[in-house]
Amino acid sequence: MHYYHLSHLHQLESEAIFVIREAAAQFEHPVLLFSGGKDSIVMTHLAYKAFYPARIPFPLLHIDTGHNFPETIEYRDNLVNKLGVRLEVRFVQDSIDKGRATEEKGPNASRNLLQTVTLLDALEELKVDAALGGARRDEEKARAKERFFSHRDEFSQWDPKNQRPELWYLFNARRHAGEHFRIFPLSNWTELDIWQYIAMEKIELPNLYFSHERDCISRGNMILAKSDYLYLREDEKPQRMRVRFRTIGDMTCTGAVLSPAASIDDIIIEVAASRVTERGTRADDKRSETAMEDRKKAGYF
Amino acid sequence: MSPPFNQESYLNMELLRFTTAGSVDDGKSTLIGRLLLDCKAIFEDQLEAVEQTSRRKGFSHVDLSLVTDGLKAEREQGITIDVAYRYFATPKRKFIIADTPGHIQYTRNMVTGASTANLAIILIDARKGVVEQTNRHSFIASLLGIPHIIVCINKMDLVEYSEVVFEGIVQEYKKLSSKLDVKDVHFIPISALNGDNVVERSQNMDWYQGPTLLYLLEHVHITGDENHIDCRFPVQYVIRPQQKEFHDYRGYAGRIASGVFKPGDKVKVLPSGFAAQITAIHQVEHGELEALDEAFSPQSVTITLDTDVDISRGDMIVRENNTPTVGQDIDMMVCWMNDKKLVPNGKYAIRHTTKEARCIIKDVRYKVDINSLHRNEQDKEIGMNDIGRILIRTTVPLFYDSYRKNRITGSVILIDEGTNETVAAGMII
Repeated sequence: MHYYHLSHLHQLESEAIFVIREAAAQFEHPVLLFSGGKDSIVMTHLAYKAFYPARIPFPLLHIDTGHNFPETIEYRDNLVNKLGVRLEVRFVQDSIDKGRATEEKGPNASRNLLQTVTLLDALEELKVDAALGGARRDEEKARAKERFFSHRDEFSQWDPKNQRPELWYLFNARRHAGEHFRIFPLSNWTELDIWQYIAMEKIELPNLYFSHERDCISRGNMILAKSDYLYLREDEKPQRMRVRFRTIGDMTCTGAVLSPAASIDDIIIEVAASRVTERGTRADDKRSETAMEDRKKAGYF
Repeated sequence: MSPPFNQESYLNMELLRFTTAGSVDDGKSTLIGRLLLDCKAIFEDQLEAVEQTSRRKGFSHVDLSLVTDGLKAEREQGITIDVAYRYFATPKRKFIIADTPGHIQYTRNMVTGASTANLAIILIDARKGVVEQTNRHSFIASLLGIPHIIVCINKMDLVEYSEVVFEGIVQEYKKLSSKLDVKDVHFIPISALNGDNVVERSQNMDWYQGPTLLYLLEHVHITGDENHIDCRFPVQYVIRPQQKEFHDYRGYAGRIASGVFKPGDKVKVLPSGFAAQITAIHQVEHGELEALDEAFSPQSVTITLDTDVDISRGDMIVRENNTPTVGQDIDMMVCWMNDKKLVPNGKYAIRHTTKEARCIIKDVRYKVDINSLHRNEQDKEIGMNDIGRILIRTTVPLFYDSYRKNRITGSVILIDEGTNETVAAGMII
């Protein structure tokens, strides 16, 4: 007897495409939250596959902290051009200028938390009822409890103790005025799945993910890239290092890893052997044991 | 054992989704912690955090169950509130665990975790044997149509690794499972705390010749779990590019619920009943349409037909000579998941495949006492965590199969139209 069999990557791909199409069908104004990181790049790739030969039927939304790696912006603009998709950008700087957000001070200052203000304002302005994000359940313990379709109340709050049960693939997108959903098509993917999929699909990535030389400083367990946005302490002297980034967020809080991995295959080997989670390189998660849970409740990505 | 990174192997890896069920203190979280630790799926920073917390709480050993604790309230109360998903991989398979709480009030979480699982691990404390909760968990696993069950008899270290105790529990469980519709049951004596027969073979139970838990998880035959006989394609989204190049393109996008479709197949579109022929089945590869020779569940594809009939989301494409039941009066088992009780003659929104409609509850036939498995035809009040059999009438016809035959076209959810909450999971009889 002949058995039909889908490999794990194809099952994950099919599941993600199903979720993306479901979001397009059940909502009026979805957006895809695009950060320039590998997960949002994979999401965009999947959205392209979900609707081709039609264009992606919703815009990408980038919340720009002003502290981006220049490579991220260049990659983003090329991608948007290639796919013919609409891009909306909202700036954290505007929120600060309008007095809606206050800049943090000190050596560990970051605009990570401030993004939530800009994000929620943008969702309201664009009348967004579904924001698709690239978050994965394997990233962090609070994210392990997320639904594919995650309800947010009129204050954009996540109520982890009172989530709607999610059965089979029957997604309940019913909402009252003012409420919205966060949609997570990559829920069941792990970091390794993402890399294996990037290899299988030959998806182009910003070169930040590959080994390169760069001026960096060591702070605690972290290696941070020297930039205009990074406040250097007196005793900190930048050094030339051979590094790559496992995740890409703001320059102020994304840690690099020392790595010679120059190709996707090298990275897959490195990730498979890695003994530290990728969010271990993120200063934003290290603020407290429940840093992610607290931010998510308030409406963070 | 490290996860695979060699391309040939990971491109052929299978995916197994399983759920875990056990009563409070059966050691479920410890078992999952043990599986993750021994499969090297716990990272140093995670382990470090768990070690720190264990020390702070004054434990003499590292409490592996802390690995699966997620939310603040859960750590404060030392319980699990919601389904959490965990991931690990071996060179053969990738695993998704739906880790569901054992507390009685959270039956709805087990149903949720079970709905997409191929396999259920049911934990039994060797000192206690089969308890009420075991009935409940086994009944739910059978009701939700989970094809494979592994009964792990845990804490064997506390009964001196006794074969007699193990065999007694196996016999007791077989009596229970004979009353249920479960096909493939395995039994393993383990100690999650010490790791006996979880990933490594136990040195303490020479009398047990069977596989370890991990071996079984890697080798259970799952390719037959999908229904590849009855062709069902619920239309999810209609793709109409407004571009010159694809001017006349009209593709029906969706995920194949069951069966195998091929270009040239004679199909029927429900509810219109129009006959048509499949001209192409597409996926997108490297930015272009790729025509497939055949497509099967659970692939997401786009189908084009030879005739321009009016088809929209919620319609279903099926084979001409193998059609689902089309009807408005539907008999089903429900698990109730909301504080607001079922309202007899109440109206609810209903979702079935990609279709949304409304329905009225015409009758509650009986409630199941899930501890004794008896039908109760006197007390028909269905509240949170209750399971019962009901009859509904829908506003428009649904195209359905029995849940036993098809987990996708046989399942529904009911939604409260006032609160918008999902209040019930339904399995069509």
